[in-house]
Amino acid sequence: MTSAQGTDVVVVGSGFGGAIAAYHLAAGGARVTVLERGPWLRGTDFDHDYLLGKSYTRVFDFVAGDGMSLLGGNCVGGGSVVYFAALPRAPRFAFERHGSIGRRMWPAAITRDSLDPWYDRVSRVIPVRTQDWSEVTYSGGLWAAACDHAGRTANPVPVGIDAAKCTNCNWMMAGCRFDAKKSLLMNYLPGALAHGAEIRPLHEVQKITRTDGGGYRVHYSVVDDVDYRVHTDSGTIDAKIVVLAAGAGATPIILRRSEPDLGALPSAVGKYFSGNGERLNTAVINEDRVREVLGLDRGDGIAYEANQIGKGPVVASWDRLDETLPEFSRFSLEQLYFPPGLGTILAQAATATGPAWFGVEKKAMLSRWRSWLTIFQMTEDDNEGVFGPPPPTGNAYRISQQMLGRGPLRYDPTPNTLRGWAAADAEVRDILERDGLATVLPWTNDVVGAYTVHPLSSCRIGDDPATSALDERHELRGHPGIFVTDGSAVPGALTVNPALTIAALAERAMPGIIAAARARGVDVRYGAPLPDDAASAPVTAR
Amino acid sequence: MPADTPDTDRVDPAPPQADAAESMTLEAFADTIIPGQKRSPDDRAIAGAAEGGGAVAAGALELLRTPATGITAGLGPLAAALNGHATAHAAAHGLDLTADLDAGVPAFVALPFEHRTALVAALTTPGHPEKDGWVLLALFSNMAYDSAAHLSTADALAANHPGLLSMGFAKPDGDGLWRFPRYSYGRALARPHPSTTASGSPR
Repeated sequence: MTSAQGTDVVVVGSGFGGAIAAYHLAAGGARVTVLERGPWLRGTDFDHDYLLGKSYTRVFDFVAGDGMSLLGGNCVGGGSVVYFAALPRAPRFAFERHGSIGRRMWPAAITRDSLDPWYDRVSRVIPVRTQDWSEVTYSGGLWAAACDHAGRTANPVPVGIDAAKCTNCNWMMAGCRFDAKKSLLMNYLPGALAHGAEIRPLHEVQKITRTDGGGYRVHYSVVDDVDYRVHTDSGTIDAKIVVLAAGAGATPIILRRSEPDLGALPSAVGKYFSGNGERLNTAVINEDRVREVLGLDRGDGIAYEANQIGKGPVVASWDRLDETLPEFSRFSLEQLYFPPGLGTILAQAATATGPAWFGVEKKAMLSRWRSWLTIFQMTEDDNEGVFGPPPPTGNAYRISQQMLGRGPLRYDPTPNTLRGWAAADAEVRDILERDGLATVLPWTNDVVGAYTVHPLSSCRIGDDPATSALDERHELRGHPGIFVTDGSAVPGALTVNPALTIAALAERAMPGIIAAARARGVDVRYGAPLPDDAASAPVTAR
Repeated sequence: MPADTPDTDRVDPAPPQADAAESMTLEAFADTIIPGQKRSPDDRAIAGAAEGGGAVAAGALELLRTPATGITAGLGPLAAALNGHATAHAAAHGLDLTADLDAGVPAFVALPFEHRTALVAALTTPGHPEKDGWVLLALFSNMAYDSAAHLSTADALAANHPGLLSMGFAKPDGDGLWRFPRYSYGRALARPHPSTTASGSPR
């Protein structure tokens, strides 16, 4: 075990919540140590390879729960390294949601209008830009054309992708080999490093205890670089401030494991989990009908057959993001690519006895894989996820040497959630089965439960202590000096990709966190300029 | 190979003796997930329910016996349990497996394909107490076919891996990386939502 060390601030996790906190605290003068559970990979480390042990399994975490499975980042840069860089702002009604608690879920201080300046800041740093139709991939174009044919609108989504560098390889879930994806490895993290922050990869935080001086001691394990089931060392770091940003699937688990030492936690820690209302449908496209009905042709006589080509989601339909509709009936529909391995097993084929995720018909469906079009539904779920007792270490009982684990989340969808999913399924069918364009079925929830790539709300902000673990400054109620800035702080499903909202909330929280650090004797000031490419070399080129 | 790259070429040898039965049972399970054609007329493990190679030909047993999966130690008990369930299933459905069992054919292998399918569906249904184990077995059986996770993807394609080939997975450039220079219809294909904000987001 490594002997105790000290710093001003320990940041747990290096995704959006952690990287933004690390940058502002370090740039303001604080000593910052970032503990990241996953490895630190550079551009050339990102493989185009499904072989177990390549970057695809090194940088991902797949945790199966009861009724819900979570997919998240597991590397320096967190979700930003593995995500598809779709960065829309949440619609204003999302901030006004009540869910099932009978009052507004968000703090009174936060609305879309009040968050817009913080969205602006993150959008400058990434940077976020709207796409031109010439950048829209075949799959996005097909979705747009189908929406248009059905009388719907469709938008190219705002993204954090450098079009000049992008090869449309669709391997971005394994990390971007070409540095086209503007992950946190390109902006906030090199900015933090340039200001003296230390990033320690393969350091998995297990719990937090108190120190005699009113600060906190962060206990970590050092994880083997290849076999994440193996811990090679352990240690502690003392800090005056702890910023937890381990992700919505891990932050509440670390806190619950710490409860015997820290004292009673708010009851909302590990409750109110949202899967962002996510659900997937797979359409098998009728190539002839796409040509005849939509007039699409790639220029080589092929109408579509382009499932493999692209850069994740590029086009979304926002017609049902209508604030006049009742809660639990609003959703966006986004075309998506999900690679093999995780992206085919849950897709269902029609059979004489109903949908099937395995067997003869499924194999036949796989033979049409190039003609698949995946539609991602982001609905309003009911914050019904609850974490059970923490596993001995980490956020799951690890099964495979990398990626796969079994976690303590239970998610039993309520009638509200089920109704939203059914409405979204019906809308996708109406658009894509119209005039024989495709046959569509949702992914099964029977194998690994529902499935989210955007876990949220398991340690959320709010004004009501009974239903929120954090105050509107992101401080853990009853435990001054512990802040949470990751997706777990978001109060509920957003109906769009949440990364930009998580990042904007982290930016918004920084003046308060820095004020708290100053009050605890840390010589740090808020107001550093935003990081940009000129400030430091990309982490990927270290 | 860099020092930090796991040696996934390593495949745990199957234990002697129990092996034939265990391997046949696991093959029959994988063949139920992604069926394929028989390797020979007397092939029992593969039911022959579909044309072309299935999960077994794609390398399901190689993947299942790769230590990186974390399930290698469970394969023997899973195979034994599967045959136990198959025996009970046969009894419940009035299937007489006696001749096959006497000839050493494992019970699950002795089941007709439609009964293998029904049993796997039952074992992976929510609420089944052993569901986790059967889902893992199905997950890796499927992965052998759809992503060849026991092989380098470029090598698998070069060797005409049956799953990737059937799916039409494109081949990489000469440097082993994928690039698609043609990727767009290149024109506006829908009206944007009228409330789209200047940042390109919903209102």
